[in-house]
Amino acid sequence: MLKLENVSFKVDVDGEVLEIVDNVSIEVPDGAFTVITGPNGGGKSTLARLIMGIEKPTSGRILYNDIDITNMSVTERAKLGIGYAFQQPPRFKGLTVRRLLSLAAGSELPVDECCGYLTSVGLCSKDYLNREMDNSLSGGEAKRIEIATLMARKLGLAIFDEPEAGIDLWSFSMLVESFKAMSKGSHQSVIVISHQERIMQLADEMVVIAGGKIRETGPKDKIFPKLMGEFNENCGFRGKEE
Amino acid sequence: MEKIDSNLLESIADLHEIPAGAYNIRKNGEGFSRRSTANIEIVTKTDKPGIDIIVAPFTKNESVHIPVIITETGVDDLVYNDFYIGEGAEVLIVAGCGIHNSGDEKSQHDGIHTFHIGKNAKIKYVEKHYGEGDGKGERVLNPVTVVEQEEGSVCEMEMVQIKGVDSTVRDTKAHLAAGARLIMTERLLTHGNQYARSDMEVYLDGEDASSQIISRSVAKDNSKQIFHPNAIGNAKCRAHVTCDSIIMDDATVSSIPAITANSADAQIVHEAAIGRINNDQLIKLMTFGMNEEEAEEVIIQGFLK
Repeated sequence: MLKLENVSFKVDVDGEVLEIVDNVSIEVPDGAFTVITGPNGGGKSTLARLIMGIEKPTSGRILYNDIDITNMSVTERAKLGIGYAFQQPPRFKGLTVRRLLSLAAGSELPVDECCGYLTSVGLCSKDYLNREMDNSLSGGEAKRIEIATLMARKLGLAIFDEPEAGIDLWSFSMLVESFKAMSKGSHQSVIVISHQERIMQLADEMVVIAGGKIRETGPKDKIFPKLMGEFNENCGFRGKEE
Repeated sequence: MEKIDSNLLESIADLHEIPAGAYNIRKNGEGFSRRSTANIEIVTKTDKPGIDIIVAPFTKNESVHIPVIITETGVDDLVYNDFYIGEGAEVLIVAGCGIHNSGDEKSQHDGIHTFHIGKNAKIKYVEKHYGEGDGKGERVLNPVTVVEQEEGSVCEMEMVQIKGVDSTVRDTKAHLAAGARLIMTERLLTHGNQYARSDMEVYLDGEDASSQIISRSVAKDNSKQIFHPNAIGNAKCRAHVTCDSIIMDDATVSSIPAITANSADAQIVHEAAIGRINNDQLIKLMTFGMNEEEAEEVIIQGFLK
């Protein structure tokens, strides 16, 4: 179980204090598929980075399985079984996809296992295993490999920051299938930051964040109907017009 | 063979024992052991220090190892190695120099290598430089490489210097006849107060000659690196020059790729980049459970692989 207690993250920009995340308290139950949504700039990505430890809260506590992880490093949290997929995955010159997946898994992975992960994110595995994770990959390809690196890990909590961004519509359907499988399968808990209605429909729990504050939180069946009418024509959630 | 000798040989030539095929091992400025084969003849030069390596035309799937090791302090070794690769031959050449200097005097090896590569011949040349030893004596390597490629020949060169060499000035020149192809990869890691400079001139003289020059380096601590490759197109040809460096700590890297076209049909491109390891790369690997130092090591190793 992940628990955020009164977590805030403030930054000082030219003397002006901005509350990126403002006194957020949430609970993510074990085994749940939780979607965090809300308008751009609302603090969703920062919240994910706070959970992974990439940013440290300016106040509040984060507990994971009853352990206070607020001051733990990214490495320590990773060792506890928390994983994070970047919205914009970093590129590595010289690192092959196979090596990256093996680094994620913590040991050299057999070819067929790597292929399994790549196939489930919609990549033809034999074309990609020995490709380098460098700038020769398109944004969508890099993004799918990033998702595969989380599948290769044994995680208690997997966090995906806008997995749909940069992925074409056709591949998006495959991705939804992968998340569906994931929500039933390997990871104990999954948090996905998303604007996509089809990903929200997979959710058990939903959190709506706007202006750094929680607007709604609860089971999908309760929250999702309230958001109807706030989607644009591409099924992307935009939030209420102010 | 002594322990230091075999350690050095393993570092520079992946040799665990006396190699199969032709070889010449040079130690502390003198020939140490040698074997010629039916198709590859190694002979001592009579006019200056060094050897001629003569590969018979159409020799296939053979290799020649010519490692140099220096285990004494205060050695100043200058050697001329000339390779004559016969028409249509295909060979692997493994060279390299390992210096173990545990004294306080400078030990230096300057290898002047000249390759005469016959028509349609194909060679792969691997050269590793490595230094070790806890003395204050400097370990210096100044290789000079001259490549003359005849029509349709292919030369693939891989030069690696990963550790322990205090000072290196590398000078490389190549001339390519029609249809010849040269792929040159240089990989370098400097640390401490090391200095490395590499000057390269590749002349694409014949029609449809092509070349790819790739330099990848990591500069740590207070080390200093200078790269200056120049691809010169004298005919309808293609060449690509890439210099890519990771800079760390207080190191200095200077990349000066140059391209020259003396023919309107020459297509030559260069790219150069110098940058530090970015934070997202480190964080990504840390989310796999690595600490920052481990993540850095993985990034550097991948980059230089």
